[in-house]
Amino acid sequence: MNIIDVKSKLESQFPGIQIQIVNGALLLKPEDLLRVVQFLKESPEWRMDYLSLITAVDYLEFLESVYHLYSTEKKSGPVVIKVRLPRDNPKIPSLVPIYRGAEYQEREAYDMMGIIYEGHPDLRRIFMWEGFEGFPLRKDYLPEDEDVLEMEDVEWLERHGVKVPEEYKAFAQQLKASGKEARAERPKAQAEP
Amino acid sequence: MTTPILQDTETLEVNLGPQHPSTHGVFRMNVKLEGETIVSLKPVMGYLHRNHEQIAENMSYLGSMPYTDRLDYFNSMSNNFGYALAVEKLANIEVPERAEYLRVIMAELTRLVNHVSVIGFLLNDLGAFFTPILYAFREREKILDIFEETAGSRMMCNYFRFGGVKLDLPSGVLDRIKKIVSGFPKFLDEFEGLLTKNEILCMRCQNVGVLPYDLALNAGITGPMARASGVNYDIRKVDGYSLYNRFKFKIPLGKAGDVYDRYMIRILEMRQSLEILRQALKEIPEGPVLNPKQATLAKAPRNFKPPKGEAYGRVEAPKGELGFYLVSDGSAQPWRYHVRAPSFVNLTVLEDLCIGHKVADAVIILGSIDIVLGEVDH
Repeated sequence: MNIIDVKSKLESQFPGIQIQIVNGALLLKPEDLLRVVQFLKESPEWRMDYLSLITAVDYLEFLESVYHLYSTEKKSGPVVIKVRLPRDNPKIPSLVPIYRGAEYQEREAYDMMGIIYEGHPDLRRIFMWEGFEGFPLRKDYLPEDEDVLEMEDVEWLERHGVKVPEEYKAFAQQLKASGKEARAERPKAQAEP
Repeated sequence: MTTPILQDTETLEVNLGPQHPSTHGVFRMNVKLEGETIVSLKPVMGYLHRNHEQIAENMSYLGSMPYTDRLDYFNSMSNNFGYALAVEKLANIEVPERAEYLRVIMAELTRLVNHVSVIGFLLNDLGAFFTPILYAFREREKILDIFEETAGSRMMCNYFRFGGVKLDLPSGVLDRIKKIVSGFPKFLDEFEGLLTKNEILCMRCQNVGVLPYDLALNAGITGPMARASGVNYDIRKVDGYSLYNRFKFKIPLGKAGDVYDRYMIRILEMRQSLEILRQALKEIPEGPVLNPKQATLAKAPRNFKPPKGEAYGRVEAPKGELGFYLVSDGSAQPWRYHVRAPSFVNLTVLEDLCIGHKVADAVIILGSIDIVLGEVDH
């Protein structure tokens, strides 16, 4: 299956559509995603009836939602579709109305990368707990530093009768006054051997 | 026609799990019941979430190989296989022929391990406590001994390397594998004699949790579960990765798509795996087991820097399509590492399968989907 054929076929089907080829994948605009996927699924030539993989990648300048489509009927594939989204407002139509299999994988991508799939029936966090802040797989996410006591921890400890050393308490107060949270540094790439 | 005895029933909300013997790990089913019938079921997962993907992104490529073992801890060999395949695609590494044979042999042995144990667990869920599973574990033990001798570990094998496998087989192991393969059909016959036509098994499993063909396809279900519903899709045949297009084997397909079919498909798949093993063991050549260019990798894993690009490597793991999506930025660590876990996606249809059935049936439906929480929660 040739990706260039797919591209030219799509361009003749939808005049005016903007498609680029990046790394052997079709790069689409978010608004074109649904109609392209629907067409690939239903056209007798491709019959991309199986959505294998949905994931998201953080490229710092933008987020990218990646889809791998296969055909179980023609035993062909994959057609890889990519959609680039701005980091501050990553919204994209959900594929759940076309493929049920997108349901959990879209929830996972939302949970980990914060991509908002519009039209998803139940877009909640799937692995992290409710109320969790941030999106752990984004490259700028810093995990909580568990070794540093915050003011809440100090209060909790004192309520339970633990004596907290003054220096820890002072640091916690300082942290609270500055309005920051204790965040661990991301492990840096180690030096080359 | 039956008349309802209670006119005003209230729906009862029950949490099955997270600590519940039927959930195969820490998994919660939030079930709403009318009497004993399920009207709604919401799976809750993530209790075992450890952000496997981020850990792998902060590590060298080879460093995550042992960590893939912990995804689906029943089939570490096939997890290794998927990851090795993805990295080899990314960095264009060739694999010597003997290593390919060893990979196929190990992957098929692990399929036997998985399928016998999942049938054992299914019977456990049905209430046949521990007798069938001990029959299954007796056979599993023999294969795990082989794994221990070749890879050094029974379950967390960490046997595959980019461009081959870690070690060649110790002397005598090939003969022992041959002995296991020739003895296995006898065990399967015995197992089937006890189970396949068993009246209780048939009554509990037939027409329970029916997954129609269209839904199976639409929901991206893979593996034995999809094939039990008649979806003719086996990545070993479709992609023909490694050496699978060299071997003759059939893909068993089900019709009804119920729990019984899922049980039966696994039995039939084991027979086909034995077929592949027989051919592989007959043809296996002598030669190196690791691409010599990659042999120094273990000493300096950070020197391994695949070129910029991306790759999606997928294998037919015993539970379905296991895929690894890797993006490389040319450094020693993957920029993005994503696991497409089969049992995670297969859980999508759990609610559809369970609605209208009794609580006891939900337990066997979950058992027949065959989930491992290490993989679901990755």
